[in-house]
Amino acid sequence: MIQFLLNDTAIEVETCSPTLTILDWLRTINGKVGTKEGCATGDCGACTLLVGEEYIDADGSKKWQYKTINSCLMLLGNAHGKHIITVEAVTISKYPKLQDLHPVQRAMVECHGSQCGFCTPGFIMSLLALYINNETYPGKSAVLHALGGNLCRCTGYSPIIKAAEKAYEYERAQEPWSTMAAQFKQGLSNKQNKTDKDNNEVPFLKSGSRIFYLPQLTDQLVNLRAKHPDSQLVSGGTDFSIELSQNLILPDVIISTSQVQELTQFTDTQTCFAIGAAVTYHQLMDKFCAEFPESKELFERLGSSQIRNSGTLGGSLGNASPIGDPAPLLIALNASMVLVSNEGSRTIKVQDFFVGYRQTVLKTNEVISQVLVPKRSDSLKLACHKISKRFEDDISTVCLVLAIEHEQGVITQARCAMGGMAAIPARAKQVEQQLVGAKMETRSITHAATFISQDFSPMSDVRASKEYRLLVSQNLMQRIAHEFEQSIPVTNITSLPKVRIAHASL
Amino acid sequence: MRHFEMDKQKSQKGSVGQSKHHDSAIKQVCGTANYVDDQAAPIGCLHGYPVLAPIATGVITSIDTSKAEALAGVKRIFSAKDIPGKIDIGPIFPGDILLTDKEIQYHNQPVLFVVADSYETARRAAKLVDIQCETSTPVIDIHDSIEQENWVRPPHSLQRGDAQGAIDNAPHQLSGELSIGGQEHFYLEGQVALTQPNEDGGMLVQCSTQHPTEVQHLIAKVLKQPFNFVTVETRRMGGGFGGKETQGAPWACLAALGTYYLGCAVKVRLARADDFRLTGKRHPFYNTYNVGFDDNGVISGAHIEVNGYCGYSPDLSDAIVDRAMFHADNAYYYPAAKIIGNRCKVNTVSHTAFRGFGGPQGMIMAELIMDDIAAALGKDALEVRKANLYREGRDITPYHQTVEQHVLKDMIEKVETEAGYWQRREAINTFNKTSPFIKKGLAMTPVKFGISFTVQHLNQAGALINIYSDGSIHLNHGGTEMGQGLNTKVAQIVAHAFGVDLDTVGITATRTDKVPNTSPTAASSGTDLNGMAALNAANTIKQRLIECVAEHFNVEQSSIVFEDDQVTHAKGQLSFAELAQLAYMNRISLSATGYYATPKIHYDRAKAEGRPFFYFAHGVSLSEVEIDVLTGENTVTRVDILHDVGSSLNPALDIGQIEGAFIQGMGWLTTEDLQWKDSGELASFGPATYKIPAIGDTPAEFNVTLFDSENPETTVFRSKAVGEPPFMLGFSVWSAIRNAVGSITEQRYVPPIDTPATPERVLNAVMDAKNWLQQNSRDEKTKEASHD
Repeated sequence: MIQFLLNDTAIEVETCSPTLTILDWLRTINGKVGTKEGCATGDCGACTLLVGEEYIDADGSKKWQYKTINSCLMLLGNAHGKHIITVEAVTISKYPKLQDLHPVQRAMVECHGSQCGFCTPGFIMSLLALYINNETYPGKSAVLHALGGNLCRCTGYSPIIKAAEKAYEYERAQEPWSTMAAQFKQGLSNKQNKTDKDNNEVPFLKSGSRIFYLPQLTDQLVNLRAKHPDSQLVSGGTDFSIELSQNLILPDVIISTSQVQELTQFTDTQTCFAIGAAVTYHQLMDKFCAEFPESKELFERLGSSQIRNSGTLGGSLGNASPIGDPAPLLIALNASMVLVSNEGSRTIKVQDFFVGYRQTVLKTNEVISQVLVPKRSDSLKLACHKISKRFEDDISTVCLVLAIEHEQGVITQARCAMGGMAAIPARAKQVEQQLVGAKMETRSITHAATFISQDFSPMSDVRASKEYRLLVSQNLMQRIAHEFEQSIPVTNITSLPKVRIAHASL
Repeated sequence: MRHFEMDKQKSQKGSVGQSKHHDSAIKQVCGTANYVDDQAAPIGCLHGYPVLAPIATGVITSIDTSKAEALAGVKRIFSAKDIPGKIDIGPIFPGDILLTDKEIQYHNQPVLFVVADSYETARRAAKLVDIQCETSTPVIDIHDSIEQENWVRPPHSLQRGDAQGAIDNAPHQLSGELSIGGQEHFYLEGQVALTQPNEDGGMLVQCSTQHPTEVQHLIAKVLKQPFNFVTVETRRMGGGFGGKETQGAPWACLAALGTYYLGCAVKVRLARADDFRLTGKRHPFYNTYNVGFDDNGVISGAHIEVNGYCGYSPDLSDAIVDRAMFHADNAYYYPAAKIIGNRCKVNTVSHTAFRGFGGPQGMIMAELIMDDIAAALGKDALEVRKANLYREGRDITPYHQTVEQHVLKDMIEKVETEAGYWQRREAINTFNKTSPFIKKGLAMTPVKFGISFTVQHLNQAGALINIYSDGSIHLNHGGTEMGQGLNTKVAQIVAHAFGVDLDTVGITATRTDKVPNTSPTAASSGTDLNGMAALNAANTIKQRLIECVAEHFNVEQSSIVFEDDQVTHAKGQLSFAELAQLAYMNRISLSATGYYATPKIHYDRAKAEGRPFFYFAHGVSLSEVEIDVLTGENTVTRVDILHDVGSSLNPALDIGQIEGAFIQGMGWLTTEDLQWKDSGELASFGPATYKIPAIGDTPAEFNVTLFDSENPETTVFRSKAVGEPPFMLGFSVWSAIRNAVGSITEQRYVPPIDTPATPERVLNAVMDAKNWLQQNSRDEKTKEASHD
């Protein structure tokens, strides 16, 4: 059984297709049709809703945080213990007048932010999250990041950008949900204490012989995995759910890693970050980007806010997509990953994890548990570049990450990893060879860049031709050389309007 | 031809001219505005899904449905043989096959129709059908169709004077070509229809369509029933953009087929990827031009050929390519012109209406010509544009309609001054000299867009107004609401006519049993036609009310005024609600229909002469862009738009249309990249690979102003249509990108850029410019050397 809070109602579900998404559950079983399906692939944001989770803040007190997710990608089982808020809950009145609306709704009406209205509930939820999580107007940049995963085909966005600011002009609306959520959670743990002997039961959903498991502990996870070697592992589901809705796959057993305690921890040691495989991008970005500010744009352009609130490093690596952005970054940073099973654990380099198109060395009884990223050395120079047709929420045509160590003007180590250039995310070995031992100057880098075509023979596809991929990656090295030469302080990397295309809106 | 005068000019007091919010806005933000798929499904509702051909061209040799039929929940699988009436649902010309049983003409063409007890089961079953075929080679490249003269409809041409002679005799000649990409509508709500038996043996169809009447007619024809067998209802669409003018019909017809045989409700909803694969898009085009011009860049003759990539059937392509031809001049006078339009057949889905309806694909040629002439003469493109504008004495179009309103010169000059065109031009030149990787570009482009359906009989509309005895009003008209605010504007017109508050007017779903024989809500005509029809209906009732008041209170009719929910006459005042009750008690009809047909328009296709357009809408856009010469990435940093909507019925809604259309046009020209594989398969079949503008693509500075003017023609309250014209303001972005690339050669050579101008195309143009520069400086050095 799983239990969660939907708006103000506690929900218990036991019998249900293990592959049902929250969106389909809401629309076809629960009758809540305010949340819309625009694409069912997490690209349009029409199905955005809020997921509240309990967390312990710096003072050690329990708080609830609400974040946006694409409900077309979130499996119902992953909602266990959480608070789902849909557009129906934003205003209580059934026949509201303008002044009865929540400030974000009222602002959207007054700014003429809805035309056909189909994307609107999704925008309302993204605006609501922005509003709840920011006491005062957080500025245009924050607005764009919050709304980058919501597509609108009618308005051209201007009125929506205005509405995001205007919502703060009205009297501030209090957030009523975390109180409800805390009560719900209290009720859950009371119930759990009563049935102490069942305490170790793994939450599940079942339909006939098909089942969804939500293990809470690593032991439970590895034992389930050993028992069901054909099972499908899922974390945030941002890629897996697309297989469900597009290719109509029908796995019998799904094991979700998303609530396994050890996998959801971010540990900061002296020498490295140990990032649980089920930690979401959103949860890791702040600390990660404080250490590696050069990677900030890469993370900010990784999917959308909704995706970053669900997607995980473990999911991305396990999925072994040749165009996932985290892999080149982790390879260039010489990261490792910990694989656990009921027989123990092993640690391997991220670069050795991929063996072919969507193939990895992960054994059928193994699960990715952690990613270990060594902290930066004083001499590290890092550059991260992503080329895509659209600036936001687009898949990389080419992703290029270069990490260089240097000593007394000479390059001592070079790790250049690229995505979109081969069947797997891979290092540009020839380029690296050219760099190591060369002088730390522009010419060395642009010279090494000419070896990219020896390292890779990319494909032509819908995103770009192979010629473009080769040319643009060489040109990116020219920009990297320029950036290194300017030796712009890494903390100021986003303020480079002169050499980089940025958001149109900023 | 009928001609209706307006009841009165808009005033400060009435509803017209005010920025009322969209009638559904509050429901939309609360998630309570229902779309077809949100309706509570009737008990026992089944779900249908089409079975798709696995290849693009060939012949079906065998079909095995056994696996699909074995799936629990599958109710029935229909084939072409089950269709009682017409299989061909071509809207105007035959060619659109509802279910094919033999010949396959495009990839994923529907072959069968599965009905099952759930959406998921229907989709799963459809995938389990095994279709064997003999495959033939599809024609995908438009150049092959042109070479083989493989048309879906015969070519048409416009001619005025001797174009070739004028070009040959001009001091300068230029020629060029352009491949123009198509565009997926990407309405957020995909195609969907719900059909159910009604209580009297007929059928109720709820459908996301811009053309309920056509859906009604086609279902009746498919089922071999009279039109009154079917009632189609459309409350609102989650976006249309032309993609639901004809493309909503097949799915409604299939659902109706299921309901007809199974006697229960059937819903069909396409998954997004199938919506991409199975519905027509904006036509890609391949166009060429030849022009002659003088030292000032003034054109003396133009020869333009436009080739529309129509897909496998005519659909609306005849009128779409016509509109491309009618707009190949944009705002510029060609003293002598020959414009040829070909309708090329290729093995893809049948391309269809999309905001602008071919106009953009023709108009871009005029803008290409302006930029190319400017580069050839070393002039600023704005000067060339201004020199070629239509004006008095130079005012006859290639289709012999006289352009009567000349506002573009004023509009351009206003933007030129207020947005600081020349100062910014200079600043950009300076910036580009020192910036290593980022180059800026600037361009101003005008729009002149013809308003009216070019198919004359479509220029008509009907409306129905019911006033209840408490004074509340129900309004119904033939237009459909897809977000543009049509219902709001028409309600404003009716509220204005009766002098009542807008809230008094209740809006109801568009239904074929309320207003019959309607035209599609398309060609930007929704308000022009339906607004006028509703005004006429309102005036009919109002006249009855005036007579009632005059008789009852014994006052002069001329003394009666409807304002502020009150009716005032020489002897006193009563509320509108009291008047409604009074009229009812005096047995006066409070219900009326209204009708409107656009005056003045005609077109003689044999002579290619006439006045296809009642009037023109105008706009001017100035865009500033940045490109990255290392990657081809580009971004729009500032846009200034001045647009002519005549006397605005609702400035907020009009500005919303302009902003939205501009961004959609910008997307078409930059990031939205439709691609087909050689096999005929659509390669960009979802939002993961097909990128419409996202919020961050909104220009940081985006100024939209309405041009203060009235429509010289007698349209409803002197307003102008606004849906499509601003789409083409997006050309300024494409032109500015070319201008930025041209900075590499200091505008001596401006490489062509096919659309969309993706990073890859822009980078290729940058390389082209750099190569030219290298070649040229080498040539110059050689020249200098030989002089020494």
